Amino acid sequence: MNWTGQELLSTAGLDSSAETRVRKLRERAIEALLLMAAGSSVLITIGIVGVLLYESSTFFAHVSVRDFVTDTEWTPLFSDAHFGIAPLVAGTLTTTMIALLVAVPCGVIMAVWLSEYCSAAIREWLKPLLELLAAVPTVVYGYFALLFVTPALKQIFPELPGFNMLSAGIVIGIMIIPYISSISEDALRAVPNSLREAAYALGANRFQTSWQVLVPAAYSGLTAAFVLGISRAVGETMVVAIAAGMQPNLTINPLEPAATITAFIVQVSLGDLPHGSIGYQSIFAAGLVLMLMTLSFNVLGNLMRKKYREVY
Amino acid sequence: MARPAVIMDRLFLIGGALITALIFGILMLLIGDLVQHGLHRLSWSFIQNFPSRFPEKAGILSAWVGSLLVVLVTMLTALPIGIASGVYLEEYAPKNRLTAVIEINIANLAGVPSIIWGLMALGLFIYVCGFGHSVLTAGFTLGLLVLPIVIISTREAIRTVPRRIREASLALGATKWQTIRHHVLPYSMGGILTGAIISISRALGETAPLITIGALTYVAFLPSSPISASYPFVSAEPFAWLFSGFTVLPIQMFNWVSRPQAAFHENAAAAGLVLLMITLTLNVTAIILRSRFRKRVKW
Repeated sequence: MNWTGQELLSTAGLDSSAETRVRKLRERAIEALLLMAAGSSVLITIGIVGVLLYESSTFFAHVSVRDFVTDTEWTPLFSDAHFGIAPLVAGTLTTTMIALLVAVPCGVIMAVWLSEYCSAAIREWLKPLLELLAAVPTVVYGYFALLFVTPALKQIFPELPGFNMLSAGIVIGIMIIPYISSISEDALRAVPNSLREAAYALGANRFQTSWQVLVPAAYSGLTAAFVLGISRAVGETMVVAIAAGMQPNLTINPLEPAATITAFIVQVSLGDLPHGSIGYQSIFAAGLVLMLMTLSFNVLGNLMRKKYREVY
Repeated sequence: MARPAVIMDRLFLIGGALITALIFGILMLLIGDLVQHGLHRLSWSFIQNFPSRFPEKAGILSAWVGSLLVVLVTMLTALPIGIASGVYLEEYAPKNRLTAVIEINIANLAGVPSIIWGLMALGLFIYVCGFGHSVLTAGFTLGLLVLPIVIISTREAIRTVPRRIREASLALGATKWQTIRHHVLPYSMGGILTGAIISISRALGETAPLITIGALTYVAFLPSSPISASYPFVSAEPFAWLFSGFTVLPIQMFNWVSRPQAAFHENAAAAGLVLLMITLTLNVTAIILRSRFRKRVKW
């Protein structure tokens, strides 16, 4: 029982004003504790940015930013060390591009189909199932890319090496379809019914309404979905580390093996680099680049999402 | 002859269904592939054995024990901070700059790639705090990683509690905290539980950040147990397991996938099957719980 207030105070025979003061104090303390918990997320961000900047600053004390940007080789662990981030960025962008080529058409078609074509009952079943697809651990997707998709692709490209960006990109694409289709569907559903009704009243059928009225109306929401999808694909680690190989390779040919930024970090972490060595610091510099890439995509995506919410 | 638009409409109805079916077909294919290559490796000895040079003797004992311990620490970190943050943001937070900063910040944290969390933990928990390549570091790292999930699900759950419940409690003389503690939180437990289950599933599947903080890939020991067989049933150092080296299921699987021998790939498939079954079961549970709570609660 947790009776409070006058009743309790009088039965306890306590001085009412002192009791009130204690209670007020306790309420204040609890609020302060809760604020601290909520504020800890800000501390975490400061921690992330601080670690990345601090370790990268020691890296950039050894390596000029100019070399970092213009050098075409990334061999930080060799005796003849080169520190050009370009090969890792090329690998990251190539796998991301392939992923988008798979995920954007599939995601948008699925979103339109789910929101405009299928019955509510089927939708209620399919949406949780889509969540399940997003719940598959990435290492399992990596296994799938290396030992199922790559052998399957070899039927089409007999010369395909065991590690290649194509199969990693395709599997990342499959991975991000649930995100893209669910955000896209939200965007389509946010289009007010009056627009649908107007289109139907003018004689447009379901297909014309969907693609000529609803998709353009939900345009910024759809773009937000793509941008958030890009940010996921850029940060994906296990699929590329398993299936795309770990050799930095300045190429955009998806049939070749190449390391991404994330795969490089994994490769270095698997070895036993001493704290403070240039190789150790290079993963933080790579991480900083990755963070900047995903952060800009996230900010862009969230801005777009806000924008479409305000339209109607 | 039907008009082109009508034909397109029919085609899209079928095409959309096909693509949707294809996506789920891929999930089935993935499970099927794991079953085909891994099912025959699943046995009691696979669960009770340590990893080994000999693929047919290798098992996942150290991996699943490690996963269990890491997830335990993860939840002990994420649930208190996450629920408290959610309560603050929904019930207390004034509409000011600080609140806006915290909210934007949480949205951005949810989008940080998991490997970045590993780098943060490497720099902060290992080299500044000195926690070592341990269960504790792993648990803290994943705890912070799933924090946005817990916060967001807590907030959504609290938002469904109608205002009049709070007003009734306050009118009877309860303080704000008493109202939250005895009414708002119990009524939102379903949603919070769903978020917790999804966080567990996410933490179990995370690989990249744990590789970064130096999880071991070959572990033939178990962290020391906090309980002992004889009186007083608590070992001399009950918290030693927190500082023990460890591996987890996805890292064990990654290790096996990365080896060239096909026999190790079969072990990887078996480990993947175990991992996938656990995460899918957790997510199905969360989905069922959520729909149950949505249906049952009629304010």
